[in-house]
Amino acid sequence: MLSAAGLYCERDERVLFSALNFSVEQGQVLQIQGANGSGKTTLLRILCGLNPEFGGEILWQGQPVPKVLEAYRKGMFYLGHSPAINKTLTPLQNLHWFCALQGFNADNEILHVLSAMGLRGYSDIPCYQMSAGQQRRVSLARMQLSAATLWILDEPFTALDKQGVADLEIRIAQFARNGGAVILTTHHLLQLECPLTVLNLDTLAGRR
Amino acid sequence: MTVARISLGLRSSLAATLRRELQIALRSPGNIINPLMFFVIAVSLFPLGGGANPEWLGQIAPGVIWVTALLAVMLSMESLFRSDFEDGSLEQLLLSPQPLYFQVLIKVLAHWLVTGLPLVLMAPLLAYMLALPAEGYVPLIVGLLLGTPTLNLIGAIGTALTVGLARSGLLLAVLVLPLSIPVLVFGAGMVETALNGLPVSGIAAVLGALLVLASTLSPLAIGAALRISVT
Repeated sequence: MLSAAGLYCERDERVLFSALNFSVEQGQVLQIQGANGSGKTTLLRILCGLNPEFGGEILWQGQPVPKVLEAYRKGMFYLGHSPAINKTLTPLQNLHWFCALQGFNADNEILHVLSAMGLRGYSDIPCYQMSAGQQRRVSLARMQLSAATLWILDEPFTALDKQGVADLEIRIAQFARNGGAVILTTHHLLQLECPLTVLNLDTLAGRR
Repeated sequence: MTVARISLGLRSSLAATLRRELQIALRSPGNIINPLMFFVIAVSLFPLGGGANPEWLGQIAPGVIWVTALLAVMLSMESLFRSDFEDGSLEQLLLSPQPLYFQVLIKVLAHWLVTGLPLVLMAPLLAYMLALPAEGYVPLIVGLLLGTPTLNLIGAIGTALTVGLARSGLLLAVLVLPLSIPVLVFGAGMVETALNGLPVSGIAAVLGALLVLASTLSPLAIGAALRISVT
């Protein structure tokens, strides 16, 4: 689905990675590992298209991403460090806007997804009244609503409680079994019921 | 969970963005009220500082109202992308399959509706306070209606460029104020021309042309600037 060829990136005159090749296919979960500052977030931002400062090529379904940009943006979901949730709005309003940005209306699904996320009864409460973990769940509800076939998740387990972590692991495994692909970073020990591939940036660092 | 999803066209998606922006504005009224309060207070200082001579006030009224409106618009601009940048919504906007051009245009429109339009509505009251002669009212309102959206669009370019910086206020003013001068010159000039009894339709046409130019070209610049800021 997504493959990267010869990726190169440096920051502050330090090479984060070079000649990095990998690909993810349907049903695959790819975990990017590395110490703090090894460039995991940078790599994910390069992959999703937020960071244009890199060398090499990224292919979506065999085509260079800039050529199939709209299809790529429809097929990819990115979850970053920031929740992308406006705190003055309610979860319902936030998710409604997110769906509209993706080009569909899923109002009847939103409540269902929110209650599956353990947020039943919170749909009309402004997000600033919710805890960090609950806001994270609203953010994860976006993932559940998106029609993407590739998830790019940057530290998705942050702020979640034990049950939340277990639920998310189940969701990721389910998504992969249904033909999706996942690229994620985490420092948490993943317990997925599906095959996991690991890419370790530390072993690549400094290689030229 | 196989509920059929209704896919949305560009228009309904833009309508959703407009509604979201207005909802956010209503939830944080400070962003609406502060520029308006600044406008009212700054204009009210002129009679206090310069003496309550109606003839003199009437002469400076067009310039005072226009300059203060320009500063009030600049003051309001900082909030345009700030919260979206901080909470990550801007990333999602940039990654969405929707055309960024129209999304930023709608964001600026929503911003004008909640900050620019109140300035236009408040202007006649302040003009009355400054004893603006009667023939100046219509050109003042028409000029502000055409000019404030242009100022918002120009200001949004600077805001988009500086949204990643912690204290962007002065930099924003340095970037944007020089670009706003044509609007100021024609806007205040239109009222003065009317006070001299000359036709103003030509100047109104220039202001209209500036608005068309700004609304077609600035979304491109705003989008490009946002991509730079988010990197």
